[in-house]
Amino acid sequence: MDEPIDWNAWPDGQGRFGPFGGRYVPETLVPALERLEQEAKAALVDDGFLETLAGELAAWVGRPTPLTPARRLSEAWGAEVWLKREDLAHTGAHKVNNALGQCLLAKRMGATQIIAETGAGQHGVATAAAAARVGLPCIVYMGAVDVERQAPNVRRMQAFGTEVRPVSHGDATLRAAIDEALRHWVSDPAGVFYCLGSVVGPHPYPWLVRQFQRVLGVEARTQFVHATGVLPDVVMACVGGGSNAMGLFHPFLADDVAIVGLEPGGRGTGLGEHAATVALGTPGVLHGTYSLLLQDPFGQVQETHSVSAGLDYSGVGPEHAFLHHTGRATYEVVPDEAAMDALYELARLEGILCAVETAHAFAGAKRWAAGHPGARILIGCSGRGDKDLPILSAWEAGER
Amino acid sequence: MTTPALTLSAAIRSPKHPGSPAIMPYVTSGWPTREGFGDLLVAVSQQADAIEVGVPFSDPMADGPVIQRTSREAIEAGTTLPWILQTLAARKDEIACPTVLMSYLNPLLAHGIDRLVDDAFAAGVSGFIVPDLPLEEATAFDAACARRGLARIALVTPVTPDERLRRLTAGEGGFVYAVTVTGITGGDLTPGDIHDYLARVRAIAGKPVCAGFGIRRAEHVAALAGHADGCIVGTAFLEALGRGDDPQAFVAGLRGT
Repeated sequence: MDEPIDWNAWPDGQGRFGPFGGRYVPETLVPALERLEQEAKAALVDDGFLETLAGELAAWVGRPTPLTPARRLSEAWGAEVWLKREDLAHTGAHKVNNALGQCLLAKRMGATQIIAETGAGQHGVATAAAAARVGLPCIVYMGAVDVERQAPNVRRMQAFGTEVRPVSHGDATLRAAIDEALRHWVSDPAGVFYCLGSVVGPHPYPWLVRQFQRVLGVEARTQFVHATGVLPDVVMACVGGGSNAMGLFHPFLADDVAIVGLEPGGRGTGLGEHAATVALGTPGVLHGTYSLLLQDPFGQVQETHSVSAGLDYSGVGPEHAFLHHTGRATYEVVPDEAAMDALYELARLEGILCAVETAHAFAGAKRWAAGHPGARILIGCSGRGDKDLPILSAWEAGER
Repeated sequence: MTTPALTLSAAIRSPKHPGSPAIMPYVTSGWPTREGFGDLLVAVSQQADAIEVGVPFSDPMADGPVIQRTSREAIEAGTTLPWILQTLAARKDEIACPTVLMSYLNPLLAHGIDRLVDDAFAAGVSGFIVPDLPLEEATAFDAACARRGLARIALVTPVTPDERLRRLTAGEGGFVYAVTVTGITGGDLTPGDIHDYLARVRAIAGKPVCAGFGIRRAEHVAALAGHADGCIVGTAFLEALGRGDDPQAFVAGLRGT
């Protein structure tokens, strides 16, 4: 039998998770990323910083979030279903754990401005709120398509005093927003702090974001054992860039627990019809990291489709590529239709309106439960669906 | 023994018009038209001291709006790296100056690095500019280039510390690409602001230094004479092509000739 992998040993000194990760950026950003890495490493072992972070996570975010037994869903699926309720975190999703951590770090590093990208708007809202909380001005780049389909979140960011800049070139979704945020950062790498929203991008971001999101997995593991006396059989979460999944999965990696990520299958398996990067992608470099991505045979990154703006991304975090590569986690595809069905099922059986992104995890879990009767399933309920009311209206009106 | 990398250095050190810095226009391959690309290279090469041949990429994160747009249009027209290499190979005897392939890393990875170096060498290419491949990630790429004597052009910036500058510019062959601004391509330069920076780069680098980003006009080039060995002109050259201006006349105009 192979040596067990020490999951805490990654990333290595080069920012790699096995073959994936690294730092593929313009030279202008190299000193900024080196400084970020040094400062982040120092902060995350500094008692004062960790105390401040823990205090804010409790008093401002509302942590720990509950672990909810989903009794009627369990009955319907013939399984034992538990939900880690990140939808109850301040601003409505797990994104705030990372946004708060990075904004506190930015303050500590003496940054004068926060910038961020956002897809569904959840990371943008979380960053806008956290920037207000720490007292730094904030600019959020958002694809024009997403500005349209997640209008309520644009208003929320503006209410926090953030400037929202729509990005209308490229695919006009998350990928174009990241491109534009990187361009802004290249123009002032010393003063600007780039608050990246997922476990993607150049080292140290995949590590840094995971460390800030790990709190949700650590809480869930403790709560689950406390409530049931045992570990779950499987842990499941939706994966776009993959930050909520990485935060939930990481504390379970050394356990005898199955780990499943659910990717957006959109409306088909052809290029451009989905955003199932791990399941259907190939290795390459996008946004500073070597990971799996959706590209044509000539290395051009492809546009994606998903009903969920937050999962609509051509890349995926390098640690997910590594978990897939090692076989430690499996990644399955959920089509738009199944995700939307799951969203309504959860809402009607449990009184929880989850985000369209999150619904992918529920659809995957339902399928898994069918093959594993009686299994104990822990689902990352990563965000709430208030922002998705325009999408729900369009869906109910038959727009696909 | 000479190598393509050393030939490139020599072409920049001894430009066609000795009174002026070497002029290196940047073209987005396959733009404004795919059919005209080979002819464009041949024509420009009569005036230019070297040509930066851009491989269009879907996510050009170091580039401004003009190169973003030309890249997108070139990709939509069907421009691919294998086609660019084939075109260069077919016209290499007519192209009268060294060529350097500028590409983000991912299209090169898709081609395969060893195959890329062989194909580029066969197409008469002297080296590569890869803006998202920093030194720390370049070990395998450098080894492949060394096999054929091709250059990997290091980019340095005003925020690069001296110690790092030394490591980036070590060795011989090719040139050093001194990014003039902390930002993206397509800006407008104030040349007087960068004389100290260029002097710092030249004092450390043992190879020619070419300035790029924001160089648009003859007065920029004139102001850099004596401070840089060469000038890279991208966005302004593409704008001229877009207007239908004569590319040779534009390059000549940059020298004030």
